[in-house]
Amino acid sequence: MSRILVIAEHDGSTLNASIAKTVACAAQIENAEIDVLVLADTAAPIATEAASLASVSRVLTIENAANAHSLAALLAPQIVAAAQNYTHVFGPSTTFGKDLMPRVAALLGVNQISDIMSVAGSHEFKRPIYAGNVVVTLNAPADVIVVATVRTASYKAVETGNSAPIESITVDADLPTHTRFLEAQAGSSDRPDLQTAASVVAGGRALGSVENFDLIYALADKLGAGVGATRAAVDAGYVANELQVGQTGKIIAPDLYIAIGISGAIQHVTGIKDAGTIVAINKDEEAPIFEVADIGLAGDLFTIVPELTEALG
Amino acid sequence: MDKILVGLKRVVDYNVRVRVKSDGSGVETDGVKMSINPFDEIALEEALRIKESGGANEVVVVSVGTSEAQQQLRTGLAMGADRAILIATDDAPDVLSCARALHEIVNREDPGLVIVGKQAIDDDNSQTGQMLAALWGRPQATCASKIELDGDKAIVTREVDIGIEKIEVDLPAVVTADLRLNEPRYVKLPDIMKAKKKPLDEIAFAELGVDPGPQIAHSSYEPPSERAKGVMVDDVQGLVTALKDKGLL
Ligand SMILES: Cc1cc2nc3c(=O)[nH]c(=O)nc-3n(C[C@@H](O)[C@H](O)[C@H](O)COP(=O)(O)OP(=O)(O)OC[C@H]3O[C@@H](n4cnc5c(N)ncnc54)[C@H](O)[C@@H]3O)c2cc1C
Ligand SMILES: Cc1cc2nc3c(=O)[nH]c(=O)nc-3n(C[C@H](O)[C@H](O)[C@H](O)COP(=O)(O)OP(=O)(O)OC[C@H]3O[C@@H](n4cnc5c(N)ncnc54)[C@H](O)[C@@H]3O)c2cc1C
Repeated sequence: MSRILVIAEHDGSTLNASIAKTVACAAQIENAEIDVLVLADTAAPIATEAASLASVSRVLTIENAANAHSLAALLAPQIVAAAQNYTHVFGPSTTFGKDLMPRVAALLGVNQISDIMSVAGSHEFKRPIYAGNVVVTLNAPADVIVVATVRTASYKAVETGNSAPIESITVDADLPTHTRFLEAQAGSSDRPDLQTAASVVAGGRALGSVENFDLIYALADKLGAGVGATRAAVDAGYVANELQVGQTGKIIAPDLYIAIGISGAIQHVTGIKDAGTIVAINKDEEAPIFEVADIGLAGDLFTIVPELTEALG
Repeated sequence: MDKILVGLKRVVDYNVRVRVKSDGSGVETDGVKMSINPFDEIALEEALRIKESGGANEVVVVSVGTSEAQQQLRTGLAMGADRAILIATDDAPDVLSCARALHEIVNREDPGLVIVGKQAIDDDNSQTGQMLAALWGRPQATCASKIELDGDKAIVTREVDIGIEKIEVDLPAVVTADLRLNEPRYVKLPDIMKAKKKPLDEIAFAELGVDPGPQIAHSSYEPPSERAKGVMVDDVQGLVTALKDKGLL
C-alpha cells in the first residue's frame, strides 16, 4: 500500500485550487491512502476545505505562527518530520510547490520528480521536459520515499462532499530564523483566476501598449474569462508578471483559450497544450500558433477583436 | 562580500526544437546548438552588476558537465566572471548529486551569495538552487526579479503565482534568477580574447566524493501527443459559428 502525504497550499484562509488536482494525481496510484498536511497559523478553515476533498483519508494540521507565510526554509523541516511514515510526499507544481518540494527532497536525501503528468504505477511517472517537446518516463526506487510535484493542468479536481477526520499534530523540528517574510502584492483583479478559469483570453506583443490591452479585457469580460499574456507582453510592461503563460509562467488547461497577437513560440505553447479548444487570431497566416490552433482566424486584431466582442452582444 | 558563485549549465539552445531518438532511448543532441541556460546568463549578469557596484570582489562561475561545458564557462568569463570551475563528468548526474557537488564547491569557496537559474530549460526541473540551499542549511529565494543587498542581508523580490512577494534573507543565501531580474549583456570580441587568459580550473566530479544516493531511472522518451489539425475561418461570423458548434458560446 502507498501512503501519500499531500502538502496543502493556501493563502492563510483558503485552500489553493491546485490541491484538489494534486489529490487527483495521488488518487491515480492504486491502493493509496492520501493524507493532506496543512501547515498554517490558523489551520481550521483550510483543513475543513481539505477534508471535503474526495479520496482524502485524513487531514493533519501543524499550527504555528511561523507558518503564517509559506516560507520553504521553515516549512521543509516540519514536513520532513511529518513525512516519516509515508511512501510519497506530493505538492502542486505551482510557485509554492516548486519552491518547497526540492528543499524537502534534499533534506530527505532523495531526488524529486517535477511536474508529474501521468501515473503509470506507484513508482513510475511521466513528465514533460524540453518545454513539453519530450515526455520522459521515470522510475523511482521503491525503497525510498518519493517526493514529487504534480503538473496540475494534467488533472481535473477531485469532487468535494467528503468529510475526512482532521487531526492536529506536533512535530519536533528546528525552524531557522534566517528567512523572513516582508510583504506580498497580489494582482488585483475581479476576473476569474488564470489557473482555474474555464476560458482564457490572452494577448501578445502585438497589442503594443497597456491601453490596447483593454481590447483583451473587454473580450474577456464578455466571455467571463480570465486573462493571460506572453512573456513579450509582460516584459514590455503591458500586464503584470502573474499573467504570463508558458514554460516559465503558468501551465493552464482551460476549456477555451483565445490567443490574440501571439506568434506561438514553443515556450508559450507548452503552457496551453492541454486546453480544450485553442483559437488563434494573428495577422500572419504562417504564424506557428496556427499549427496548434483548433480554430484560426488570420487578420488584424485591432479590427477583429472589437468586432468579436460586439458580436458576442 | 568577497565572492559570488554562479551556476552555469550547458543546455540545448532555446531556439532548437529537440527530437526524441527513434528508439526512444533519449533525446537527439548530436550537432545541436548548445548555449548557457538563459536563466544562468541572467544569474551571471546579476552577479556582475553587484560586483561592478562594489558589492562583491569576485564572481566565480561553476558548471557540472562534460569537458564541452568549458565553452559555456569561457562565455561566462567573457561576460565578466573572474574565474571558472568545471566539475568534470561524462555522466548526467541527477539533481541531488549536482546539488551535492555544488555544495562541496560552496564549502571550499565560501561565497557570500550563490545565484543559479530558476530552471534549466532542458530538464525543466527547477530544483538545484533549493536543494543546494537545503544541503547548505542556508536561506533560498527563488524566482527573483530584484535583489537588494543590505550588509549581511538581502531583500529579494520574487515572482509568484499571485503576483509579487518580498522576503528578507540573511547571507550567505541561494537566489534563483527569474526572467525579469535583468537583461544580460552581449559579449564583445575583445572580451572573448581576454577570457582565454582567465583561470578555468577542472575538478573531477569523482574527486568530490559525492554520494550518488538513490537514482531515479529515465526509462524511455517519447514525443508528446499531437493536437488534432484545426480549421481556418474567414471572418468573425465564422469564428462565432465555430465556437457555437463546439458548445463554447
Ligand atoms: C537527455 C538527458 C538525460 C538525462 N538522464 C538522466 C538520468 O538518466 N538520470 C538522472 O538522474 N538524471 C538525468 N538527467 C538530468 C540531469 O543531468 C540534470 O540536468 C541535472 O541534475 C540538473 O537538473 P536541471 O538541469 O533540471 O536543473 P534545474 O534545477 O532546473 O536548474 C536550476 C539551475 O541550477 C543550476 N544548474 C543545474 N544544473 C547545473 C549544472 N550541471 N552545472 C551548473 N549549474 C547547474 C543552473 O543555474 C540552473 O539554471 C538527464 C538530463 C538530460 C537532458
Ligand atoms: C528561457 C525562456 C523562457 C521563456 N518563457 C516563456 C513563457 O513562459 N511564456 C511565453 O509566452 N514566452 C516565453 N518565452 C518567450 C518566447 O520565446 C517568445 O519570445 C514569446 O512567447 C513571444 O511573445 P509574442 O507571441 O507575444 O510575441 P511575438 O513573437 O513578437 O509575436 C507577435 C505576433 O503578433 C502578430 N501580430 C502583430 N500585429 C498584429 C495585428 N495587428 N493583428 C494580429 N496579429 C498581429 C505577429 O504576426 C506575431 O505572430 C521564453 C523565452 C526564453 C528564452
